[in-house]
Amino acid sequence: MFAAFQCVIRRDLLLALRRRSDIFTTLFFFIIVVSLFPLGVGPDADILRLIAPGIMWVAALLASMLALERLFANDYADGSLEQMMLTPQPLFLLVLGKVIAHWLVTGLPLVLIAPLLGVQYDLSSEGITVLLLTLLLGTPVLSLIGAIGAALTLGVRGGGVLVSLLVLPLYIPVLIFGAGAVEASVSGLGAEGHIYLLGAILIMALCFAPLAAAAALRISME
Amino acid sequence: MASGSINWFKYSAPSNFYVLAGRIVPWAALLAVVLGVAGLYLSFFVAPTDFRQGEGYRIIFIHVPAAWMSMFIYLVMACWAAVGLVMNTRVSYMMVTALAPTGAMFTFIALWSGALWGKPMWGTWWVWDARLTSELILLFLYIGFMALQSSISDSRRADRAGALLILVGVVNIPIIYYSVKWWNTLHQGASISLNAAPTMALIMFWTLIVMTLACWAYTIAVVYARARCIVLERERNTTWVKELVGGKQHD
Repeated sequence: MFAAFQCVIRRDLLLALRRRSDIFTTLFFFIIVVSLFPLGVGPDADILRLIAPGIMWVAALLASMLALERLFANDYADGSLEQMMLTPQPLFLLVLGKVIAHWLVTGLPLVLIAPLLGVQYDLSSEGITVLLLTLLLGTPVLSLIGAIGAALTLGVRGGGVLVSLLVLPLYIPVLIFGAGAVEASVSGLGAEGHIYLLGAILIMALCFAPLAAAAALRISME
Repeated sequence: MASGSINWFKYSAPSNFYVLAGRIVPWAALLAVVLGVAGLYLSFFVAPTDFRQGEGYRIIFIHVPAAWMSMFIYLVMACWAAVGLVMNTRVSYMMVTALAPTGAMFTFIALWSGALWGKPMWGTWWVWDARLTSELILLFLYIGFMALQSSISDSRRADRAGALLILVGVVNIPIIYYSVKWWNTLHQGASISLNAAPTMALIMFWTLIVMTLACWAYTIAVVYARARCIVLERERNTTWVKELVGGKQHD
């Protein structure tokens, strides 16, 4: 069972490595969106510090939306998804494997680049640490919830736009607590409460989202 | 009615459901009109002026029922969705589809009347308060559900995908419900709860109840009427529908 789980992760990572441009699209989208705001809002460091957490988080949300389409679409197109569903392995485990691989490819780079962008926004080192921590806890949730939306809209016309309509409302709690934690730590209040809640959301998403996504895949494939 | 054992599964057949819904609709509509007129009369002429909020508080008589209905309809949809996914009954999916527009409408009314109420009381149309924001998310969930259903052409897949989405989104309901308790923001706390006396004048409370019942009756009438249309549309190739419309069907 876990061999299949590892196998799915390794396969998806290998596929992603063969098509590196996909990884960089998400990453550069994130960097560009974040870098556009100082040009639009103005280079005032006080304002930038104030809006940094929100901008980073919204950009991360949009970047992960952009990547969602690739989660199942390629496997669906070449039929390998159908083969995976025919294997005796529990489907939610395979879905979890795919989501983890997807997060490693699209979510983790965002987390790693975020400190650099935080410096651009003149965040304090404490704020950057909290930002890193919240992104680390929050971006897997985005991938997990996104998997449900991606599975539901598999092969539907206009699926890309539809996914955002389905998934963004469910992302909002992550956004609130993620950006709230950074804001709280920058303004001197403790960020612990927000971080604990994010952790709780992550655990809940880990438990239920793969099951829901697997059910959604079954609905889409029958 | 009096017979002890009604076979409830009888109404899971669309043809029987169609007849039952047709019987319910006029009564519910009549009830909605009577209760609505009574409730509006009570709320405009009988309920006293609030000593703190003046006349403006009368918005409560539409705002609170609409907010309750918006959450309640979502829960009812979730129940039907679960029944549909478990028992695979077509009528429950039809009910989910029929409920969604009314739920979205009540959510919109709750937000809109809240904005109209917020302007004189709080001095602002909108704040990013926990309850307002979560109610807005609820509106997005309704819209997302309707968009998903309308973009999948295979009605069986649309039903099941929509049902799953509704069940996933149900986590939002407790967040809205408890938001005024968990976050101390601008929105005032609940004035009515099950385990305490209402903190408002009794006549206001009863007016609120009458208005809520009017909204219920309205919802029942509209939803069953819409469900009847959905039944006809989905079952258009069956004999009973063809007999019903008198052979005017061409396909």
